[in-house]
Amino acid sequence: MATARETIFWRIRHATRDVPEAERPEDVSVEREYRKEDGAEREEIIARFAERTAEYEADVRRVGHDELPRAIEEALNRRGVRRLVIPPYLPREWIPEGIEILRDAARSRLTNQELDGSDGVLTGCALGIAQTGTIVLDAGRAQGRRTLTLLPDYHLCVVREQQIVGLVPEAFASLERAVKGEGRAVTFISGPSATSDIELDRVEGVHGPRTLEVLIVG
Amino acid sequence: METKKSDAFSPGPTPRFEESAKESLSDSQLRRNLGKATQTIRRKRAVAVDEMPDWEGLREAGRALKERVVRHLDEYLLQLEESVTRAGGEVHWARDAEEANRIISRIVRDEGAEEVVKVKSIATDETKLNEHLEREGIRAFETDLAELIIQLAGETSSHILVPAIHKNRAEIRELFMEELGAHNLSDRPSDLTDVARLYLREKFLKAKIGISGANFAVAETGTVCVVESEGNGRMCTTLPPVLVTLMGIEKVIPAWRDFEIFMQLLPRSSTAERMNPYTSFWTGVSGEAGDGPREFHLVLMDNGRTDVLADEIGRQALNCIRCSACLNVCPVYERTGGHAYNSVYPGPIGAILTPQLVGVGDPGPDSLPYASSLCGACYQVCPVKINIPEVLVHLRGKVVRHKQYMGGPRSKLDPENVAMQMVAKLFSDPQLYEGAQRLARAGQWPFARGGSISRLPGRLAGWTAVRELKPIPQQTFREWWRNRRSV
Repeated sequence: MATARETIFWRIRHATRDVPEAERPEDVSVEREYRKEDGAEREEIIARFAERTAEYEADVRRVGHDELPRAIEEALNRRGVRRLVIPPYLPREWIPEGIEILRDAARSRLTNQELDGSDGVLTGCALGIAQTGTIVLDAGRAQGRRTLTLLPDYHLCVVREQQIVGLVPEAFASLERAVKGEGRAVTFISGPSATSDIELDRVEGVHGPRTLEVLIVG
Repeated sequence: METKKSDAFSPGPTPRFEESAKESLSDSQLRRNLGKATQTIRRKRAVAVDEMPDWEGLREAGRALKERVVRHLDEYLLQLEESVTRAGGEVHWARDAEEANRIISRIVRDEGAEEVVKVKSIATDETKLNEHLEREGIRAFETDLAELIIQLAGETSSHILVPAIHKNRAEIRELFMEELGAHNLSDRPSDLTDVARLYLREKFLKAKIGISGANFAVAETGTVCVVESEGNGRMCTTLPPVLVTLMGIEKVIPAWRDFEIFMQLLPRSSTAERMNPYTSFWTGVSGEAGDGPREFHLVLMDNGRTDVLADEIGRQALNCIRCSACLNVCPVYERTGGHAYNSVYPGPIGAILTPQLVGVGDPGPDSLPYASSLCGACYQVCPVKINIPEVLVHLRGKVVRHKQYMGGPRSKLDPENVAMQMVAKLFSDPQLYEGAQRLARAGQWPFARGGSISRLPGRLAGWTAVRELKPIPQQTFREWWRNRRSV
């Protein structure tokens, strides 16, 4: 008896018998007539990223390189974070003193309960997309496993200016290597979690971190 | 409103659209909820789309890419199977809903689990997975807020994107107090949301198995994508050690880079946002990194899709990326709501997808191609340019031919059929056509008043009940043309 797989393939070939035998997928032309790169000035792109991320009810601040450690400390204090989750390879100068640090490492992973019981998480990112105000994580340096930025109720994310791209196509182009080469998981985050399920009234904060704070560093 | 347990994807005959629509139309609360919701989202979508100078270019690219996939579906599926397997996932094939459900419940049982957490998936609504799991003694928890609401209420979805669009905050408050034991609850959406967060957090942390659908899967890399807002999708696809994804075979896209098209089209068309809050892309299993599930199962399901594929006009319905823009602009949907369609796929897209997926011959789905005024608004907003009106008309033809074929000699004597056959004959023969015009001109005088006919006799009265008819003029165009030439 034919397997499900064989049957489905037979059905597909039968259903598409109008497609000429010699036709290759590339023969079906796809005109890509849309913007692939943002021609705007860098400063304009960075300002747009800040503005659009803020429109999702995320707290966004731009800080100079030297001010970053202070800004991180202030943000955590304001939130009253006492137990902070840290991914591997987070720059040492970002890590504040005087509060409990929960380090996630390959050898000693934090449990989901520990993550759930923390006050927040501090990470870097892979990319920022100005067009949509999106932060992209690719499980790379200073980002860690996906759960780290999911269970804590507060996410403080540092975005370097040079990580910000203009348009969505630029982001997918630069993520290609991480996905194709290493099969890394990618997460797009545009503002804190939200729902509009009740009368289409937008409510921030359902299952992910209810507060997202972004520091853009020059 | 009384909701039906059976829809087009359940066994047995389905109620016709016009019967169910009557019920919905008499529910004024429902109409208020729906009117408010669809107007809001329509306005917001227009703003999100107007911001994009290259929107039409993106739509065309999306359409063309989907056409490429559909014409070479076998090749892309083979490639997808290979890449998912290479990335450590396991691919399963399901000919129909029953087979898909069996595969999934077997995986759950092998894991020794009695509970699963689910992220909103229309594919699993189509297969009635939750009911199947329940029969097998497995409890499925819906984690999307709206899905949770309708699961608690024992109802079915009425919108692709906002399944509880038919319920207002007061109704939801009642439900949560009753079903989740919440006390002193206000009806503010933020308070209602908090209750759901607390209730579900515990489920997420305990779950051994997560079940999801898929928005896209990439043939080239094996990457699967779930687009969402609340974070329950991230929870379900990363926390449980085993992840099962059920996906229709048409959801495959060729390459990673193709996301640059669909991830621009989908959020703006569905929630009218530049980007939805969360999108997860995962490729197989995480392995050593411990990032996400250790086991990943991808169930690829046909369940009628190859029947849709076999119809050269109808197959464009497989382009659908489930954004629901067509629902929100549809004047019919806006008034009747989703339940009248008696299908997990309501609205204009449902009207062309449901009858094709389940096949012609069930009164419910057969009535859906008629649930439209053919105004064409759905075609205009569709991000992948599905010509819904064209397919609707095509399917009406199919339904009629099916009736003629199945009905035998008696249906041939059906007055509507006889009239249509006669008209078809008249219109295909110039001499008969002119003869009929002359005959009508001679016979119309008792009905023509002041240059129009406002009442026809007998069975024809239905036509003039809502519109007036122009009488045949003293000189027809063809007569004028002949006279003009002879001058």
